[in-house]
Amino acid sequence: MIEFRGVDKVFTDARGREVVAVRGLDLEVPAGEIHCLLGTSGCGKTTTLRMVNRLEESTRGQVEVGGDDVANRDVFALRRRIGYVIQSGGLFPHMTVAQNVGLMCELVGQDEPRVEARVRELLEFVGLAPAEYTMRYPGELSGGQRQRVGVARALALDPEVILMDEPFGALDPITRRRMHDEFRRLFARMGKTVLLVTHDLEEAFALADRISIMEAGELVQSGTAEELVASPANDFVREFLRGVTPGGTA
Amino acid sequence: MIRVALWLACCASLVTAQDQVVVGSKNFTESAILAEVVAQMLEAHTELRVERRTNLGGTMICHAAVRAGEIDIYVEYTGTGWAAVLEESGKIDDPLRAFVHVQRRYRDEFDVHWLEPLGLNNSYAIAMTEAKAEALGVRTVSDLRAHQAELRAGFSIEFGNRDDGYPGLAQAYDLALGSVRTLEHGLAYQAIQNGDIDLTDAYTTDGKLQRYALRVLEDDRRFFPPYHAAPLVHGATLRAHPEIGDALGRLAFRIPDAEARAMNLAVEAEGRSAAEVVRAFLEREGLTDESVASDRLDRESSGRFPTIFRLALEHLALTLVAVLLASLAAIPLGIACTTRPALRRITLGAAGVMQTVPSLALLAFMIPFLGLNVSAAIAALFLYALLPIVRNTFTGITEVDRDLVDAARGMGMTPRQILRKVELPLAARTIMAGVRTATVISIGVATLAAFIGAGGLGEPILEGLYLNDTGLILSGAIPAAVLAVLADAALARVEKRLAPRVASE
Repeated sequence: MIEFRGVDKVFTDARGREVVAVRGLDLEVPAGEIHCLLGTSGCGKTTTLRMVNRLEESTRGQVEVGGDDVANRDVFALRRRIGYVIQSGGLFPHMTVAQNVGLMCELVGQDEPRVEARVRELLEFVGLAPAEYTMRYPGELSGGQRQRVGVARALALDPEVILMDEPFGALDPITRRRMHDEFRRLFARMGKTVLLVTHDLEEAFALADRISIMEAGELVQSGTAEELVASPANDFVREFLRGVTPGGTA
Repeated sequence: MIRVALWLACCASLVTAQDQVVVGSKNFTESAILAEVVAQMLEAHTELRVERRTNLGGTMICHAAVRAGEIDIYVEYTGTGWAAVLEESGKIDDPLRAFVHVQRRYRDEFDVHWLEPLGLNNSYAIAMTEAKAEALGVRTVSDLRAHQAELRAGFSIEFGNRDDGYPGLAQAYDLALGSVRTLEHGLAYQAIQNGDIDLTDAYTTDGKLQRYALRVLEDDRRFFPPYHAAPLVHGATLRAHPEIGDALGRLAFRIPDAEARAMNLAVEAEGRSAAEVVRAFLEREGLTDESVASDRLDRESSGRFPTIFRLALEHLALTLVAVLLASLAAIPLGIACTTRPALRRITLGAAGVMQTVPSLALLAFMIPFLGLNVSAAIAALFLYALLPIVRNTFTGITEVDRDLVDAARGMGMTPRQILRKVELPLAARTIMAGVRTATVISIGVATLAAFIGAGGLGEPILEGLYLNDTGLILSGAIPAAVLAVLADAALARVEKRLAPRVASE
């Protein structure tokens, strides 16, 4: 469903020097899999995620979604087929919950009753009573509620793939653990392919079918949690899984 | 058929438009009086309809206006034309040669024509009480030398310090007065009256010279440059209506300094209208026939004191039109600046420079392009209003949380949709704050519109300034301030309503 083939991403920094963010990435995420990109900050995991919906363009290699090279697709059409969730949901503070969730439906020209029905359906799906929440503003929600609205919004156009970038990064540890349980059940019911970026080992273990560990722009090892624990590919993975890597938290 | 009628109507209106001349003046009493003299002479001796545009600000505004033909005639002084307009630096020795020189350069460079001088020379002078001058036998500045050790002078600060004031005068006359101090000019007349000082500087045609019985000492060494008053006429107007030259030629040298002083005093101190004072003068001198002038006076007095309410409405209309137009231009410009750094540098730079140009200079600059009217005032206000709106639009949009824009892009919104649905609504409050600033600034600057005859609350302020009438000044200034405060409060409410609902956690 999502496939990276020999992908490099090279940035040019302010002084004109080239910085390699991702190098020679080969990765396949089959349809329906919940896949976590795990690593310390600056390891290239967010850049990898952003190449899927072309918020970043790859420098070399191919990124495919559903068998199509993303570079060949209209960028707006591509993004509308891919849900995108960021930290705290990235909700628009001047719009109500209903307006946030229904925004893309409205922009692609769906009529009002259809949008309303879809918003209700989505809010129910993420466990927020429509009657209570549609007219609220993001400022009036808890962190966990905002995150659920963020997911509802990402699902609005029934995408093939959901991208999540540190979705629970702003939550306190207790809420975050509760959200992990909730989202595991949610993912199971959704049946979507999910690519989730996190630096939190516990989160990856709680949610992912498979985990890819990245370091310095390169993919170090992919596998299920059990596989990684049983046979870490190198010392970095071993250290990481022990939760004692500098800068890492677990 | 209809077309012919329309064509005829057009012609008719053109003819009537051409039959009108506009007489302007600067913003002080004497200039307004001399404009009235010119206006009444034209009404008496030509078929022209005369429109008065008095209180047009300073020399530069009048000069720009007469060059552009926005006004047809105003009265200027040779010394001003020499130094301020033509920027001649040499000293004038011979007033007549100076006049001819100025006349020729105006004709060749501006196609503006100096008619014959009216007689008065509104130059600087040294004045002394009539009694003291008589007692000491002083008639000229040179005569002061005989008594210089015992004489006490009180000069205005400017005159006391400038090379073309006392320091230069002392050098030219080899003069060393016993005591020289500087003081606020308004106080000098009082001081000389009380006997605290013996001498002061004055304008030769100042009405107060007569009021306080002061003698103007003759500048026998011609230290002070001549400021002979003469009417200036826009070239095309003079060619179309040679009768203007004939009518105003009758005034040549008919208004001596003493007569000018008397008229200035009558208007400034006695509060009589310029129209009435001038009519009396022209009648006495047999320069005009009575019927025309009195008819004119009746017309004028009927609509002379417009209500503050009407002026406030005019003021508000000027401001709102300008700010509205500025918003229409500045918001798109501010938006465009967010994606184009080169445009941003140029726009914010240019708008910033515009803001530093003095308001009056900006008004003067507008005259050749837009004429002497409401559009010039609106254009100037428009330029002032641009910067705060452009800057706030730019800032408001760039300050929108980049994560939100990132989320919007990731969702598949087009740049236009992001602008409309996310950036503009979130920047609305900041943009509105810019509009509010622009409005308050414009209400202030709009008082200057009166300088170019565009009306508004500047009218009573200007009139008050030149009649030295504080009540009249306040009758314009207070409503203008109230207007600014009200507009500020109203727009603050709008601004508040535009704010997104913020987190209440």
